Amino acid sequence: MTETVQPARPPIVSVRGLKVKRGRVQVFDGLDLTVGSGRLTGLLGPSGSGKSTLIRAIVGLQRIQAGQVEVAGLPAGHPDLRHRLAYSSQADGVYLDLTVAQNVAYFTRLAGRPASEVERVIEAVDLSGQAQRLAGRLSGGQLRRVSLAVALIGAPQLIVLDEPTVGLDPVLRVRLWDLFTRLTAQGVSLIVSSHVMDEASRCDDLLLLRQGRLVAATDPVRLLAQTGQPDAERAFLELIRRDQAAAR
Amino acid sequence: MRPRWLVTAGRILTQLSHDRRTVALLLVVPALLVGLFAWLYQSDQVFQRIGPMVMALFPFILMFLVTSVATLRERRSGTLERVLTAPGSKADLICGYALAFSLVAVLQTGVTVGFSVWVCRLELAGSVLQLLGVAVVDAVLGTALGLLVSAFARTEFQAVQFLPVFVFPQIILGGVFMPRQQMPRALELISDFMPLSYAIDGVSQVAAGQGGWVVGRPLLIMAAFAVGCLVAASATLPRRTP
Repeated sequence: MTETVQPARPPIVSVRGLKVKRGRVQVFDGLDLTVGSGRLTGLLGPSGSGKSTLIRAIVGLQRIQAGQVEVAGLPAGHPDLRHRLAYSSQADGVYLDLTVAQNVAYFTRLAGRPASEVERVIEAVDLSGQAQRLAGRLSGGQLRRVSLAVALIGAPQLIVLDEPTVGLDPVLRVRLWDLFTRLTAQGVSLIVSSHVMDEASRCDDLLLLRQGRLVAATDPVRLLAQTGQPDAERAFLELIRRDQAAAR
Repeated sequence: MRPRWLVTAGRILTQLSHDRRTVALLLVVPALLVGLFAWLYQSDQVFQRIGPMVMALFPFILMFLVTSVATLRERRSGTLERVLTAPGSKADLICGYALAFSLVAVLQTGVTVGFSVWVCRLELAGSVLQLLGVAVVDAVLGTALGLLVSAFARTEFQAVQFLPVFVFPQIILGGVFMPRQQMPRALELISDFMPLSYAIDGVSQVAAGQGGWVVGRPLLIMAAFAVGCLVAASATLPRRTP
Protein backbone atom coordinates (compact mmCIF):
# COMPACT_ATOMS: atom_id res chain seq x y z
CA MET A 1 0.00 0.00 0.00
CA THR A 2 1.28 3.44 -0.87
CA GLU A 3 0.81 6.23 1.57
CA THR A 4 -2.14 8.55 1.27
CA VAL A 5 -1.02 11.60 -0.66
CA GLN A 6 -2.31 14.66 1.13
CA PRO A 7 -2.27 17.80 -0.99
CA ALA A 8 -0.30 20.51 0.75
CA ARG A 9 -2.72 23.26 -0.29
CA PRO A 10 -6.36 23.46 0.79
CA PRO A 11 -8.71 21.64 -1.60
CA ILE A 12 -9.85 23.59 -4.67
CA VAL A 13 -13.31 22.07 -4.35
CA SER A 14 -15.04 20.85 -1.25
CA VAL A 15 -18.50 19.32 -1.25
CA ARG A 16 -20.31 18.70 2.03
CA GLY A 17 -23.70 17.08 2.52
CA LEU A 18 -24.76 17.82 -1.07
CA LYS A 19 -28.37 16.94 -1.85
CA VAL A 20 -29.69 17.33 -5.36
CA LYS A 21 -33.01 16.30 -6.80
CA ARG A 22 -33.55 16.44 -10.55
CA GLY A 23 -37.18 15.93 -11.44
CA ARG A 24 -38.27 12.97 -9.37
CA VAL A 25 -34.78 11.51 -9.11
CA GLN A 26 -32.77 12.05 -5.93
CA VAL A 27 -29.34 12.29 -7.57
CA PHE A 28 -27.34 13.01 -4.41
CA ASP A 29 -28.51 12.42 -0.87
CA GLY A 30 -25.65 13.78 1.20
CA LEU A 31 -22.49 13.66 -0.91
CA ASP A 32 -19.11 14.59 0.62
CA LEU A 33 -15.85 14.90 -1.29
CA THR A 34 -12.86 17.13 -1.90
CA VAL A 35 -10.77 17.83 -4.96
CA GLY A 36 -7.08 18.54 -4.49
CA SER A 37 -5.61 21.84 -5.62
CA GLY A 38 -3.24 21.65 -8.58
CA ARG A 39 -4.20 18.03 -9.26
CA LEU A 40 -5.64 16.30 -12.27
CA THR A 41 -8.72 14.66 -10.84
CA GLY A 42 -10.62 12.07 -12.81
CA LEU A 43 -14.33 11.86 -12.12
CA LEU A 44 -15.36 8.41 -13.20
CA GLY A 45 -18.45 6.32 -13.13
CA PRO A 46 -21.04 4.64 -15.29
CA SER A 47 -23.49 6.89 -17.16
CA GLY A 48 -26.24 8.07 -14.86
CA SER A 49 -23.99 7.99 -11.81
CA GLY A 50 -24.23 11.76 -11.26
CA LYS A 51 -20.95 12.94 -12.81
CA SER A 52 -22.53 15.74 -14.83
CA THR A 53 -24.78 16.82 -11.96
CA LEU A 54 -21.78 17.06 -9.65
CA ILE A 55 -19.92 19.09 -12.26
CA ARG A 56 -22.89 21.41 -12.70
CA ALA A 57 -23.01 21.88 -8.92
CA ILE A 58 -19.31 22.75 -8.86
CA VAL A 59 -19.62 25.34 -11.62
CA GLY A 60 -22.74 26.78 -10.00
CA LEU A 61 -25.34 25.84 -12.59
CA GLN A 62 -27.16 23.21 -10.56
CA ARG A 63 -29.95 24.11 -8.18
CA ILE A 64 -29.24 22.23 -4.97
CA GLN A 65 -31.53 21.19 -2.12
CA ALA A 66 -29.02 21.22 0.70
CA GLY A 67 -25.32 21.10 1.46
CA GLN A 68 -22.35 23.23 0.55
CA VAL A 69 -20.19 23.37 -2.53
CA GLU A 70 -17.11 25.55 -2.24
CA VAL A 71 -14.64 26.39 -4.97
CA ALA A 72 -11.37 28.07 -3.97
CA GLY A 73 -12.99 28.99 -0.66
CA LEU A 74 -15.99 30.69 -2.28
CA PRO A 75 -19.51 29.30 -2.61
CA ALA A 76 -20.00 27.70 -6.05
CA GLY A 77 -21.46 30.13 -8.56
CA HIS A 78 -19.91 33.20 -6.87
CA PRO A 79 -19.40 35.97 -9.47
CA ASP A 80 -15.66 36.19 -8.64
CA LEU A 81 -15.29 32.58 -9.74
CA ARG A 82 -16.32 33.36 -13.30
CA HIS A 83 -12.82 34.65 -14.01
CA ARG A 84 -11.13 31.76 -12.21
CA LEU A 85 -13.13 28.78 -13.37
CA ALA A 86 -13.63 27.40 -16.86
CA TYR A 87 -16.23 24.86 -17.79
CA SER A 88 -16.97 22.82 -20.84
CA SER A 89 -20.23 20.89 -20.74
CA GLN A 90 -21.20 17.73 -22.55
CA ALA A 91 -23.18 19.83 -25.00
CA ASP A 92 -20.36 21.54 -26.83
CA GLY A 93 -21.61 25.04 -26.23
CA VAL A 94 -20.28 26.23 -29.55
CA TYR A 95 -22.05 28.53 -32.01
CA LEU A 96 -22.39 26.40 -35.12
CA ASP A 97 -22.94 29.45 -37.35
CA LEU A 98 -19.62 31.02 -36.36
CA THR A 99 -16.13 29.97 -37.40
CA VAL A 100 -13.82 28.33 -34.90
CA ALA A 101 -11.83 31.56 -34.51
CA GLN A 102 -15.00 33.65 -34.11
CA ASN A 103 -16.30 31.35 -31.38
CA VAL A 104 -13.05 31.57 -29.47
CA ALA A 105 -12.75 35.33 -30.07
CA TYR A 106 -16.22 35.94 -28.64
CA PHE A 107 -15.47 34.21 -25.36
CA THR A 108 -12.00 35.80 -25.24
CA ARG A 109 -13.59 39.25 -25.46
CA LEU A 110 -16.22 38.36 -22.84
CA ALA A 111 -13.40 37.40 -20.50
CA GLY A 112 -11.61 40.66 -21.32
CA ARG A 113 -8.49 38.84 -22.50
CA PRO A 114 -6.13 39.99 -25.28
CA ALA A 115 -6.79 38.84 -28.84
CA SER A 116 -3.53 36.86 -28.87
CA GLU A 117 -5.31 34.29 -26.69
CA VAL A 118 -7.40 33.17 -29.67
CA GLU A 119 -4.46 31.76 -31.59
CA ARG A 120 -2.88 30.26 -28.48
CA VAL A 121 -5.88 28.18 -27.39
CA ILE A 122 -6.77 27.10 -30.93
CA GLU A 123 -3.22 25.86 -31.33
CA ALA A 124 -3.36 24.10 -27.95
CA VAL A 125 -6.18 21.89 -29.22
CA ASP A 126 -4.62 21.34 -32.63
CA LEU A 127 -7.23 23.21 -34.64
CA SER A 128 -5.07 25.88 -36.29
CA GLY A 129 -5.82 24.43 -39.71
CA GLN A 130 -9.56 24.67 -39.09
CA ALA A 131 -9.62 28.14 -37.49
CA GLN A 132 -11.50 29.75 -40.38
CA ARG A 133 -14.02 26.96 -40.84
CA LEU A 134 -17.61 27.20 -39.67
CA ALA A 135 -18.11 25.18 -36.49
CA GLY A 136 -21.20 23.61 -38.06
CA ARG A 137 -18.98 21.98 -40.71
CA LEU A 138 -16.68 20.30 -38.21
CA SER A 139 -16.70 16.69 -37.07
CA GLY A 140 -17.88 15.76 -33.60
CA GLY A 141 -14.35 15.38 -32.32
CA GLN A 142 -13.31 18.74 -33.72
CA LEU A 143 -16.30 20.38 -32.04
CA ARG A 144 -15.25 18.89 -28.70
CA ARG A 145 -11.88 20.51 -29.21
CA VAL A 146 -13.41 23.92 -29.98
CA SER A 147 -15.31 23.57 -26.73
CA LEU A 148 -12.08 22.70 -24.96
CA ALA A 149 -10.27 25.66 -26.55
CA VAL A 150 -12.86 28.02 -25.09
CA ALA A 151 -12.27 26.49 -21.65
CA LEU A 152 -8.55 27.24 -21.96
CA ILE A 153 -9.05 30.99 -22.47
CA GLY A 154 -7.44 33.16 -19.83
CA ALA A 155 -5.71 31.71 -16.82
CA PRO A 156 -8.36 29.73 -15.00
CA GLN A 157 -7.45 28.27 -11.62
CA LEU A 158 -9.83 25.39 -12.11
CA ILE A 159 -10.88 23.80 -15.38
CA VAL A 160 -13.88 21.48 -15.29
CA LEU A 161 -14.41 19.32 -18.35
CA ASP A 162 -17.39 17.04 -18.78
CA GLU A 163 -16.40 14.11 -21.01
CA PRO A 164 -13.89 16.08 -23.11
CA THR A 165 -12.54 13.09 -25.01
CA VAL A 166 -15.80 11.55 -26.24
CA GLY A 167 -15.64 10.87 -29.95
CA LEU A 168 -11.90 11.50 -30.25
CA ASP A 169 -9.50 9.08 -31.86
CA PRO A 170 -6.78 7.50 -29.68
CA VAL A 171 -3.99 9.75 -30.98
CA LEU A 172 -5.89 12.92 -30.16
CA ARG A 173 -6.98 11.52 -26.86
CA VAL A 174 -3.39 10.99 -25.81
CA ARG A 175 -2.47 14.50 -26.95
CA LEU A 176 -5.27 16.03 -24.92
CA TRP A 177 -4.28 14.09 -21.81
CA ASP A 178 -0.72 15.34 -22.35
CA LEU A 179 -2.17 18.85 -22.44
CA PHE A 180 -4.08 18.24 -19.18
CA THR A 181 -0.89 17.01 -17.52
CA ARG A 182 0.99 20.10 -18.72
CA LEU A 183 -1.73 22.35 -17.31
CA THR A 184 -1.52 20.76 -13.86
CA ALA A 185 2.25 21.13 -14.01
CA GLN A 186 1.57 24.87 -14.35
CA GLY A 187 -0.52 24.77 -11.17
CA VAL A 188 -3.99 24.57 -12.72
CA SER A 189 -6.50 22.23 -11.08
CA LEU A 190 -8.45 20.04 -13.46
CA ILE A 191 -11.56 17.96 -13.02
CA VAL A 192 -12.17 15.69 -15.98
CA SER A 193 -15.11 13.33 -16.16
CA SER A 194 -14.97 10.22 -18.24
CA HIS A 195 -16.60 6.88 -18.54
CA VAL A 196 -13.55 5.46 -20.30
CA MET A 197 -11.88 3.80 -17.36
CA ASP A 198 -8.51 3.46 -19.03
CA GLU A 199 -8.15 7.22 -18.94
CA ALA A 200 -7.99 6.86 -15.15
CA SER A 201 -4.31 5.96 -15.29
CA ARG A 202 -3.53 9.48 -16.58
CA CYS A 203 -5.03 11.16 -13.49
CA ASP A 204 -3.42 12.16 -10.18
CA ASP A 205 -6.56 11.47 -8.17
CA LEU A 206 -9.67 9.46 -8.89
CA LEU A 207 -13.22 9.83 -7.72
CA LEU A 208 -15.54 6.98 -8.57
CA LEU A 209 -19.24 7.72 -8.46
CA ARG A 210 -21.97 5.17 -8.67
CA GLN A 211 -25.68 5.89 -8.31
CA GLY A 212 -24.98 9.25 -6.70
CA ARG A 213 -22.58 7.90 -4.09
CA LEU A 214 -18.82 8.22 -3.85
CA VAL A 215 -17.63 4.64 -4.13
CA ALA A 216 -13.93 5.42 -4.00
CA ALA A 217 -11.59 8.39 -3.64
CA THR A 218 -8.21 7.06 -4.60
CA ASP A 219 -5.35 7.37 -7.07
CA PRO A 220 -4.29 5.09 -9.94
CA VAL A 221 -1.56 3.25 -8.02
CA ARG A 222 -3.67 2.58 -4.96
CA LEU A 223 -6.61 1.60 -7.13
CA LEU A 224 -4.71 -1.31 -8.64
CA ALA A 225 -3.12 -2.26 -5.33
CA GLN A 226 -6.43 -2.24 -3.46
CA THR A 227 -8.24 -4.35 -6.01
CA GLY A 228 -5.37 -6.57 -7.13
CA GLN A 229 -6.38 -6.06 -10.74
CA PRO A 230 -4.03 -5.49 -13.69
CA ASP A 231 -5.81 -2.46 -15.20
CA ALA A 232 -8.12 0.39 -14.28
CA GLU A 233 -11.15 -1.00 -16.08
CA ARG A 234 -11.09 -4.30 -14.20
CA ALA A 235 -10.25 -2.49 -10.98
CA PHE A 236 -13.36 -0.38 -11.31
CA LEU A 237 -15.52 -3.38 -12.06
CA GLU A 238 -14.10 -4.98 -8.93
CA LEU A 239 -14.88 -1.87 -6.84
CA ILE A 240 -18.42 -1.76 -8.20
CA ARG A 241 -18.83 -5.47 -7.46
CA ARG A 242 -17.68 -4.91 -3.88
CA ASP A 243 -19.98 -1.92 -3.57
CA GLN A 244 -22.94 -3.97 -4.77
CA ALA A 245 -22.08 -6.76 -2.37
CA ALA A 246 -21.83 -4.28 0.51
CA ALA A 247 -25.18 -2.74 -0.41
CA ARG A 248 -26.93 -6.09 -0.21
CA MET B 1 -11.85 46.49 -22.90
CA ARG B 2 -14.97 46.65 -25.00
CA PRO B 3 -18.28 46.54 -23.08
CA ARG B 4 -19.63 43.00 -23.04
CA TRP B 5 -23.02 43.93 -24.46
CA LEU B 6 -21.31 45.37 -27.54
CA VAL B 7 -19.23 42.20 -27.82
CA THR B 8 -22.41 40.11 -27.67
CA ALA B 9 -24.21 42.28 -30.22
CA GLY B 10 -21.21 41.89 -32.51
CA ARG B 11 -21.30 38.13 -32.09
CA ILE B 12 -25.02 37.96 -32.97
CA LEU B 13 -24.52 40.12 -36.06
CA THR B 14 -21.57 37.94 -37.14
CA GLN B 15 -23.80 34.88 -36.79
CA LEU B 16 -26.38 36.59 -38.98
CA SER B 17 -23.75 37.51 -41.55
CA HIS B 18 -23.04 33.80 -42.05
CA ASP B 19 -26.71 33.26 -42.83
CA ARG B 20 -27.15 35.39 -45.95
CA ARG B 21 -30.54 33.93 -46.77
CA THR B 22 -31.99 35.03 -43.43
CA VAL B 23 -30.53 38.51 -43.93
CA ALA B 24 -32.06 38.72 -47.39
CA LEU B 25 -35.44 37.58 -46.10
CA LEU B 26 -35.32 40.04 -43.20
CA LEU B 27 -34.49 42.95 -45.47
CA VAL B 28 -36.51 42.28 -48.60
CA VAL B 29 -39.70 40.50 -47.52
CA PRO B 30 -41.31 43.37 -45.58
CA ALA B 31 -40.88 45.71 -48.55
CA LEU B 32 -42.40 43.17 -50.93
CA LEU B 33 -45.38 42.65 -48.61
CA VAL B 34 -46.00 46.40 -48.42
CA GLY B 35 -45.85 46.32 -52.22
CA LEU B 36 -48.52 43.63 -52.21
CA PHE B 37 -50.79 45.87 -50.13
CA ALA B 38 -50.13 48.78 -52.47
CA TRP B 39 -51.08 46.65 -55.47
CA LEU B 40 -54.18 45.33 -53.73
CA TYR B 41 -55.49 48.80 -52.87
CA GLN B 42 -54.13 50.65 -55.89
CA SER B 43 -57.34 52.45 -56.78
CA ASP B 44 -58.38 53.96 -53.47
CA GLN B 45 -56.99 55.71 -50.42
CA VAL B 46 -56.93 52.59 -48.20
CA PHE B 47 -53.24 52.01 -48.85
CA GLN B 48 -52.40 55.53 -47.67
CA ARG B 49 -53.99 54.62 -44.32
CA ILE B 50 -52.89 50.98 -44.03
CA GLY B 51 -49.39 51.26 -45.52
CA PRO B 52 -47.72 52.91 -42.50
CA MET B 53 -49.53 50.55 -40.12
CA VAL B 54 -48.24 47.53 -41.97
CA MET B 55 -44.74 48.95 -41.65
CA ALA B 56 -45.16 48.81 -37.87
CA LEU B 57 -45.89 45.08 -37.98
CA PHE B 58 -42.68 43.81 -39.54
CA PRO B 59 -39.98 44.88 -37.10
CA PHE B 60 -42.14 43.52 -34.29
CA ILE B 61 -43.11 40.18 -35.84
CA LEU B 62 -39.77 39.35 -37.42
CA MET B 63 -37.70 40.31 -34.40
CA PHE B 64 -40.04 38.35 -32.16
CA LEU B 65 -39.59 35.28 -34.31
CA VAL B 66 -35.84 35.60 -34.85
CA THR B 67 -35.16 36.30 -31.18
CA SER B 68 -37.28 33.52 -29.78
CA VAL B 69 -35.68 30.95 -32.08
CA ALA B 70 -32.16 32.31 -31.46
CA THR B 71 -32.46 32.26 -27.66
CA LEU B 72 -34.03 28.84 -27.71
CA ARG B 73 -31.03 27.64 -29.71
CA GLU B 74 -28.71 29.17 -27.12
CA ARG B 75 -30.51 27.27 -24.38
CA ARG B 76 -30.43 23.97 -26.19
CA SER B 77 -26.91 24.06 -27.60
CA GLY B 78 -25.22 24.74 -24.26
CA THR B 79 -23.97 28.17 -25.34
CA LEU B 80 -26.25 29.91 -22.86
CA GLU B 81 -24.73 27.94 -19.98
CA ARG B 82 -21.31 28.84 -21.24
CA VAL B 83 -22.14 32.54 -21.46
CA LEU B 84 -23.64 32.43 -17.97
CA THR B 85 -20.50 30.86 -16.47
CA ALA B 86 -18.29 33.36 -18.33
CA PRO B 87 -17.60 36.80 -16.87
CA GLY B 88 -20.41 39.27 -17.44
CA SER B 89 -23.99 39.77 -16.45
CA LYS B 90 -27.31 38.64 -17.85
CA ALA B 91 -28.05 42.26 -18.73
CA ASP B 92 -25.03 42.18 -21.07
CA LEU B 93 -26.54 39.27 -22.95
CA ILE B 94 -30.03 40.74 -23.13
CA CYS B 95 -28.85 44.21 -24.14
CA GLY B 96 -26.61 42.59 -26.75
CA TYR B 97 -29.62 40.92 -28.32
CA ALA B 98 -31.68 44.11 -28.17
CA LEU B 99 -28.91 46.15 -29.80
CA ALA B 100 -28.12 43.66 -32.57
CA PHE B 101 -31.73 43.29 -33.63
CA SER B 102 -32.39 47.03 -33.38
CA LEU B 103 -29.65 47.57 -35.93
CA VAL B 104 -31.24 44.99 -38.20
CA ALA B 105 -34.58 46.76 -37.71
CA VAL B 106 -33.10 50.10 -38.79
CA LEU B 107 -31.86 48.53 -42.02
CA GLN B 108 -35.11 46.68 -42.53
CA THR B 109 -37.24 49.78 -41.99
CA GLY B 110 -34.95 51.80 -44.22
CA VAL B 111 -35.51 49.39 -47.09
CA THR B 112 -39.24 49.15 -46.41
CA VAL B 113 -39.76 52.92 -46.18
CA GLY B 114 -37.68 53.53 -49.28
CA PHE B 115 -39.63 50.97 -51.28
CA SER B 116 -42.98 52.23 -49.95
CA VAL B 117 -42.28 55.86 -50.74
CA TRP B 118 -40.45 55.61 -54.06
CA VAL B 119 -42.01 52.52 -55.61
CA CYS B 120 -45.44 52.25 -53.99
CA ARG B 121 -46.03 56.02 -53.90
CA LEU B 122 -46.89 56.08 -50.23
CA GLU B 123 -47.35 59.69 -49.15
CA LEU B 124 -45.33 60.28 -46.05
CA ALA B 125 -46.07 63.58 -44.27
CA GLY B 126 -43.65 62.98 -41.41
CA SER B 127 -39.89 62.55 -41.36
CA VAL B 128 -38.21 59.30 -42.33
CA LEU B 129 -35.82 59.68 -39.40
CA GLN B 130 -38.71 59.71 -36.93
CA LEU B 131 -40.16 56.66 -38.61
CA LEU B 132 -36.85 54.84 -38.17
CA GLY B 133 -36.85 55.85 -34.52
CA VAL B 134 -40.27 54.33 -33.94
CA ALA B 135 -39.21 51.23 -35.84
CA VAL B 136 -36.24 50.74 -33.52
CA VAL B 137 -38.42 50.88 -30.42
CA ASP B 138 -40.83 48.56 -32.21
CA ALA B 139 -38.02 46.09 -32.92
CA VAL B 140 -36.70 46.24 -29.36
CA LEU B 141 -40.24 45.47 -28.25
CA GLY B 142 -40.40 42.41 -30.51
CA THR B 143 -36.96 41.30 -29.32
CA ALA B 144 -37.96 41.74 -25.68
CA LEU B 145 -41.18 39.78 -26.09
CA GLY B 146 -39.35 37.07 -28.05
CA LEU B 147 -36.72 36.74 -25.31
CA LEU B 148 -39.42 36.45 -22.69
CA VAL B 149 -41.62 34.01 -24.55
CA SER B 150 -38.75 31.72 -25.59
CA ALA B 151 -38.36 30.80 -21.92
CA PHE B 152 -41.66 28.96 -22.14
CA ALA B 153 -40.83 27.00 -25.27
CA ARG B 154 -39.00 23.69 -25.05
CA THR B 155 -38.63 23.13 -28.79
CA GLU B 156 -38.32 25.23 -31.93
CA PHE B 157 -41.77 24.02 -32.98
CA GLN B 158 -43.30 25.46 -29.83
CA ALA B 159 -41.41 28.72 -30.27
CA VAL B 160 -42.88 29.15 -33.75
CA GLN B 161 -46.34 28.26 -32.46
CA PHE B 162 -46.10 31.15 -30.00
CA LEU B 163 -46.42 33.51 -32.96
CA PRO B 164 -50.18 32.87 -33.41
CA VAL B 165 -50.64 32.92 -29.64
CA PHE B 166 -48.81 36.11 -28.73
CA VAL B 167 -48.63 38.08 -31.96
CA PHE B 168 -51.69 37.37 -34.13
CA PRO B 169 -54.20 38.74 -31.57
CA GLN B 170 -52.14 41.91 -31.41
CA ILE B 171 -52.30 42.27 -35.20
CA ILE B 172 -56.04 41.64 -35.33
CA LEU B 173 -56.80 44.09 -32.52
CA GLY B 174 -54.02 46.58 -33.26
CA GLY B 175 -56.05 48.92 -35.43
CA VAL B 176 -55.05 47.81 -38.93
CA PHE B 177 -58.32 46.10 -39.76
CA MET B 178 -60.54 48.44 -37.79
CA PRO B 179 -59.69 51.65 -35.95
CA ARG B 180 -59.47 50.73 -32.29
CA GLN B 181 -62.12 53.32 -31.27
CA GLN B 182 -64.71 51.52 -33.41
CA MET B 183 -64.11 48.10 -31.87
CA PRO B 184 -66.45 46.60 -29.28
CA ARG B 185 -65.57 48.22 -25.96
CA ALA B 186 -64.18 45.00 -24.44
CA LEU B 187 -61.83 44.45 -27.38
CA GLU B 188 -60.72 48.06 -27.33
CA LEU B 189 -59.82 47.65 -23.66
CA ILE B 190 -57.89 44.47 -24.41
CA SER B 191 -56.04 46.21 -27.23
CA ASP B 192 -55.03 48.92 -24.75
CA PHE B 193 -52.85 46.33 -23.06
CA MET B 194 -51.23 45.13 -26.26
CA PRO B 195 -47.92 46.80 -27.07
CA LEU B 196 -48.29 46.41 -30.84
CA SER B 197 -51.34 48.74 -30.73
CA TYR B 198 -49.02 51.56 -29.72
CA ALA B 199 -46.49 50.70 -32.39
CA ILE B 200 -49.17 50.86 -35.05
CA ASP B 201 -50.48 54.09 -33.57
CA GLY B 202 -47.01 55.63 -33.36
CA VAL B 203 -46.06 54.80 -36.93
CA SER B 204 -49.34 56.11 -38.37
CA GLN B 205 -49.02 59.35 -36.38
CA VAL B 206 -45.48 59.88 -37.66
CA ALA B 207 -46.57 59.07 -41.21
CA ALA B 208 -49.38 61.60 -40.85
CA GLY B 209 -46.87 64.28 -39.94
CA GLN B 210 -47.79 64.47 -36.28
CA GLY B 211 -45.23 65.15 -33.63
CA GLY B 212 -44.87 65.96 -29.96
CA TRP B 213 -46.95 64.13 -27.41
CA VAL B 214 -49.16 62.43 -30.05
CA VAL B 215 -46.07 60.44 -31.08
CA GLY B 216 -44.27 60.61 -27.74
CA ARG B 217 -47.03 58.92 -25.77
CA PRO B 218 -47.19 55.66 -27.77
CA LEU B 219 -43.39 55.65 -27.93
CA LEU B 220 -43.11 55.91 -24.17
CA ILE B 221 -45.68 53.17 -23.63
CA MET B 222 -43.82 50.90 -26.07
CA ALA B 223 -40.54 51.58 -24.31
CA ALA B 224 -42.14 50.78 -20.94
CA PHE B 225 -43.49 47.48 -22.29
CA ALA B 226 -40.08 46.65 -23.74
CA VAL B 227 -38.24 47.37 -20.50
CA GLY B 228 -40.81 45.33 -18.57
CA CYS B 229 -40.37 42.37 -20.93
CA LEU B 230 -36.56 42.63 -20.79
CA VAL B 231 -36.56 42.63 -16.99
CA ALA B 232 -38.95 39.69 -16.94
CA ALA B 233 -36.82 37.93 -19.57
CA SER B 234 -33.77 38.35 -17.39
CA ALA B 235 -35.65 36.57 -14.62
CA THR B 236 -36.33 33.68 -17.01
CA LEU B 237 -32.59 33.16 -17.51
CA PRO B 238 -31.64 31.59 -14.18
CA ARG B 239 -28.04 30.59 -13.82
CA ARG B 240 -29.03 27.66 -11.66
CA THR B 241 -31.46 25.20 -13.17
CA PRO B 242 -33.04 22.09 -11.65
